Amino acid sequence: MGICDLLWLIPAIPIVASGIIALLKQPRRKPAAALAIGSLSISLLLSLWAFAHVLAGWTNHMAVRETFNFTWMQVGAASVQLGWILDPLAAIMLVMVSLVGLLIFIYSVGYMEHDENFTRFFCFLSLFAGAMLGVVISNSILLLFMCWEIVGLTSYLLIGFWYHKPSAAAAAKKAFITTRVGDVFFLLGIVWLFAQTGTLLFYNYGAGSLEALALTNMLAQHAALGLTFAGAIGLLIFCGAAGKSGQLPLHVWLPDAMEGPTPVSALIHAATMVAAGVYLIARVYPLMSAGIQPGGTTTALVVVTWVGSLTAVFAALIAVAQNDIKRILAYSTVSQLGYMMAGLGLGGVAIGMFHLITHAFFKALLFLGAGSVIHGAHEEQDVRKMGGLKSAMPLTFATYAVGMLALCGVPIFFSGFWSKDAILESAHGWPLSRAPYYLLIFGAVLTAFYMTRQVSYAFFGKWRGHGHAHESPRVMTMPLGILAFFAIALGAIGTPAWPWFRAFLGNHAADIDLHAFAEPAWLMLLASSFVIVTVGIGVGWWLYGNKSPAAEEPDALEKAAPVLWTGLSNRLYVDEFYGATFIAFYYWWARVTDFIDRRVWGGIVAGVAWLFGLWARFNQFFDNDWINGGFDKGCEEMANSGGLLARAQNGRVQIYLRILAVGMIALVAILLWSARP
Amino acid sequence: MTPLAAYLMVAALLFAIGLAGALTRRNAILVLIGIELMLNAANLNLIAFWRYGPHPELLTGMMFAIFSIAVAAAEAAVGLGLVISIYRHARTTDLEQMNRMKG
Repeated sequence: MGICDLLWLIPAIPIVASGIIALLKQPRRKPAAALAIGSLSISLLLSLWAFAHVLAGWTNHMAVRETFNFTWMQVGAASVQLGWILDPLAAIMLVMVSLVGLLIFIYSVGYMEHDENFTRFFCFLSLFAGAMLGVVISNSILLLFMCWEIVGLTSYLLIGFWYHKPSAAAAAKKAFITTRVGDVFFLLGIVWLFAQTGTLLFYNYGAGSLEALALTNMLAQHAALGLTFAGAIGLLIFCGAAGKSGQLPLHVWLPDAMEGPTPVSALIHAATMVAAGVYLIARVYPLMSAGIQPGGTTTALVVVTWVGSLTAVFAALIAVAQNDIKRILAYSTVSQLGYMMAGLGLGGVAIGMFHLITHAFFKALLFLGAGSVIHGAHEEQDVRKMGGLKSAMPLTFATYAVGMLALCGVPIFFSGFWSKDAILESAHGWPLSRAPYYLLIFGAVLTAFYMTRQVSYAFFGKWRGHGHAHESPRVMTMPLGILAFFAIALGAIGTPAWPWFRAFLGNHAADIDLHAFAEPAWLMLLASSFVIVTVGIGVGWWLYGNKSPAAEEPDALEKAAPVLWTGLSNRLYVDEFYGATFIAFYYWWARVTDFIDRRVWGGIVAGVAWLFGLWARFNQFFDNDWINGGFDKGCEEMANSGGLLARAQNGRVQIYLRILAVGMIALVAILLWSARP
Repeated sequence: MTPLAAYLMVAALLFAIGLAGALTRRNAILVLIGIELMLNAANLNLIAFWRYGPHPELLTGMMFAIFSIAVAAAEAAVGLGLVISIYRHARTTDLEQMNRMKG
């Protein structure tokens, strides 16, 4: 029984655990936490086993893609197939999701300790973990979509975890609906893909939808705008990914999703769920890149690149002017997701995925650190009301600093540098245009800037909050430490000297070649990264450094450029734009359909009901007056006739005699008359 | 001689009067009188047909009439006895009130 056959256990165990936790009563916290953490640990062990298996296959230069497909149901001539796949991409994601998930589960035990809905939290978390792992291993686009939707559902449930808060409920609704918009296009893509290739499976020994035969078929046909079918389907699928991963038009739900508890923000909206969109594009990359010429690119990838780059800069700009510690990180996530998408578009699966993996660790670290800060600052989330926490919360500060430096892409020691550098390198060499490269560099400068601003406000200067800040308990700081370790160590697998990650995903060998560090192209990139980071951190420190302005005072940047600041801190009015256009239209349309429903259809129904009423009244009249009345009259007549007949029995002899006499005369008359000849 | 029809008409007239009396009078005795009249009318008929019949010299008609008178007398006696009995019970001879058989 190879690990590939048992792969379904990896998502199934947390989902089953979630089901069991759902049946537990709220006060039973220890069993709930134990079930969740236990099930995810088992999934982690299985994922590590799967990873080791794939690694062994890779080292021995064997085929590394194993699938297990089965038919779920037969619908006429077509069959609905599901299945799972174990290849390097899936293996790495499995390990990342289960490891980061497990660390966040452990962290949540401490963070949610004072919450009365502890059990419900772990139920949803477990369900999420299972569904996310399902997305990762899925070989059938339908199974992927099903798990994708469950992930969206759990995101909704967890964002709106404190559902009594109207803002949380609204944010959950917004998240679900916005991702749904993307999912509609995703579903169209799925249907079209199935119609074109006749199969739901990605890889099926040559018959899958991502394999050569299907791809050549789709390349041969052209849709509108010069897109081939492959490109068009790829773009539809990208819409789904854009919704889930917060790319530019559909990013609006991610910052609002910070209404959920911080572990949720860390797990779902930093490390895993939002990465699902990037993972999806990586998974269907053969479709997006079908027909690519060496040194060229496809229309679908161009779109992905541009959307990614614009998102990266747009979100970084907004992050500069935010004051809520989690919102800054949320916009940072949107920005980094833009980097990942741009990496996929510019450089391919390995480039985008490497940034996804490193980002998962350091963003989860930053969010958990933010949670620790919020916890220590007594539920304060405004950075302007913090300060000086580096002495009050040293462990949190140390790990947060690691995360921040990784995010900024500080060279050499931090994994973020290596992954971001790879993206910048591909952007530099992009055949179509240099613009994404400049956009991404600008974004990197902004990233360094706003992170420095955030860290200075929160950790440096003097304490502006109320009460005393205290360090968080071990159960919360330990995951921080582990994540910090990975935020540094993961850099080692993606350096040009030993491009292990790229080789693993691309299924070729990786040699250690220290001379790669001496190449001029790489050295130039290293230099530019140094410059970026220095400029960003430098300006940030210069403006915000150890100063601790009071919360009411305008920001330093606000004083310098007030109009720009207002625009940025109002999130460039995207939500307001949507509210004025789509949402206003939707409300108008809802009113129109309500009118039609109540007046037109309702009128028809009322009319029919009135006709029925008429008929019923007529029936009633007919029944009462004619039938009943007639019957009653008849009975009355009978009774009367009885009375009449009774009068013949009057007991008066003379009357009897009279009748006799009359009768006899009549008889005689008749007899005489009839006897006449 | 007077025609037979005259006797018959007188007898019919008597019979009709007797019938009318028997059917319409309230007093029980008057009803009996009516009955007697009817019987006498029948007697008259008998005698008329005897006299104007084939054998007037025989006593057939006369015997018949005498029988009839005797029977009438007996029947009148019985009738009167009934009336007296009813009178003793109902204290009236009004036939209108004798409707115990009603219903």
